[in-house]
Amino acid sequence: MNDSETLKTTPLTNLWQTMGGRMVPFAGYLMPVQFADGVLKEHNWTRSSCGLFDVSHMGPAFLKLNDQSLTGDAAHAAIAALVETILPCDVAGLAPGQLRYTTLPNQEGGVLDDLFVGRPKADADQGTLYFVVNAGCKEQDFALIAQACAGRATLVRADDRALIAVQGPKACDVIGNVGDGPKRLGFMEFLTLTGPYGEVVVSRSGYTGEDGFEVLVAADQAESFVRTLLATTHVKAIGLGARDSLRLEAGLCLYGHDLDETTSPIEAGLAWTIQKVRRERADFPGAERILRELRDKPARRRVGLLPSDKAPAREGAEIRNLAGEKVGVVTSGGFGPSVGGPVAMGYVATAYAQAGTELDIIVRDQPRRWVVASLPFVPHQYHRKG
Amino acid sequence: MTTKYTKDHEWVAVEGNVATCGITAYAAEQLGDVVFVELPNVGRIVSQGDEVAVVESVKAASDVYAPVSGEVVDTNEALADAPEGVNEGAETNGWFIKLKLTDPAELDALMDRAAYDSYLAGL
Repeated sequence: MNDSETLKTTPLTNLWQTMGGRMVPFAGYLMPVQFADGVLKEHNWTRSSCGLFDVSHMGPAFLKLNDQSLTGDAAHAAIAALVETILPCDVAGLAPGQLRYTTLPNQEGGVLDDLFVGRPKADADQGTLYFVVNAGCKEQDFALIAQACAGRATLVRADDRALIAVQGPKACDVIGNVGDGPKRLGFMEFLTLTGPYGEVVVSRSGYTGEDGFEVLVAADQAESFVRTLLATTHVKAIGLGARDSLRLEAGLCLYGHDLDETTSPIEAGLAWTIQKVRRERADFPGAERILRELRDKPARRRVGLLPSDKAPAREGAEIRNLAGEKVGVVTSGGFGPSVGGPVAMGYVATAYAQAGTELDIIVRDQPRRWVVASLPFVPHQYHRKG
Repeated sequence: MTTKYTKDHEWVAVEGNVATCGITAYAAEQLGDVVFVELPNVGRIVSQGDEVAVVESVKAASDVYAPVSGEVVDTNEALADAPEGVNEGAETNGWFIKLKLTDPAELDALMDRAAYDSYLAGL
């Protein structure tokens, strides 16, 4: 997929090219991996001020109940029941305006995708759910959701719009240009509003570990919205390179790397995404394995890893115990600019998952000493209410 | 002193029978922020084209190949603590290794500056 003619674009691709973004293929889209500042500066800018990311390659969508006779809580209960057949998330228990992170498990308890699901705030929107799924999993996820709701709800894709993440300690200061409502959102809350850029969906969420927002805006309003933000002194455009180092430091999973069809949510440390009511009902795909691993501990666990020297370990590097036996593999590895050194995540046999455990990672045939570390590497700065 | 360039974007500056080697400014710019450099041990014998060092940016690791054959007689230890030196002076203070040449004739097949510049222009 290196022929740029076969790559999809976003409503902002032209702007990024004009701004000198280094464009690369990613999940079938032509996306900026970095701008002139480079990954290190872009990363640090996001942690200290505010970074703006084009995440329009991802899959936002609305799922709408067909039965218009239901309203309010009854409408929400009906749509939640449909998607709870494929998600282990307590969708029914979502408060109006609340968003949850969840997974789409297969029958074997592996993860087909990780995604966000939200219940709209407005009374008139009950019976609708908001989804954001990964770019590379869109077609599969949308088909699974549509199949689970066959005839009773309709999926309306929104991936022709722009999805823009605004992340960092100054994000709350700059988001006011779409309206006042977003500032009052707590972490993992969202709203729909009509303002200077038409109808937008704003969630207080993101994938950098920082406070911030994700804004779904019509394609023809996207450039105007982005240019207005970039004109402020706090905001810079950030590429996918820094997005990856930010999410790695924040200890967040990248689908296809830290999560895949063989990995269970329990192994991945995502037990918190399966609420008690769903564990009790045990009625989601893969429940047998997932609940067994919750009870008996999984065979392997996702862990953070920090080095004793300065050599980064990359995805795929073998992890060995001090006796030289293979006990795991690195699934994400790179340099953490805020940590000031290499950071990695990987899966290790549960006996080695305790923070402080010393292990060797094989980098270019040489064992190098690393230590299991708690995640995240950099504390989350989410704006939690209450 | 003669400086020659490879298609893999290494440079080699020859003084007497010792060649100082590094990666070009173009290569450093393409890599982005360098965060780690792994250098060979002094005394290692390398053949032209061997993987002789590794340079790592935030995102990825890249091999650096020996532009000519020789014995490693010195390495730039300053890069261990300050790998950003590669970005700041790729073709000067950001050198990687010094090689004692075993086959100086290899230099003839490498590009001079003008040839390398036109090679870059065609990329």
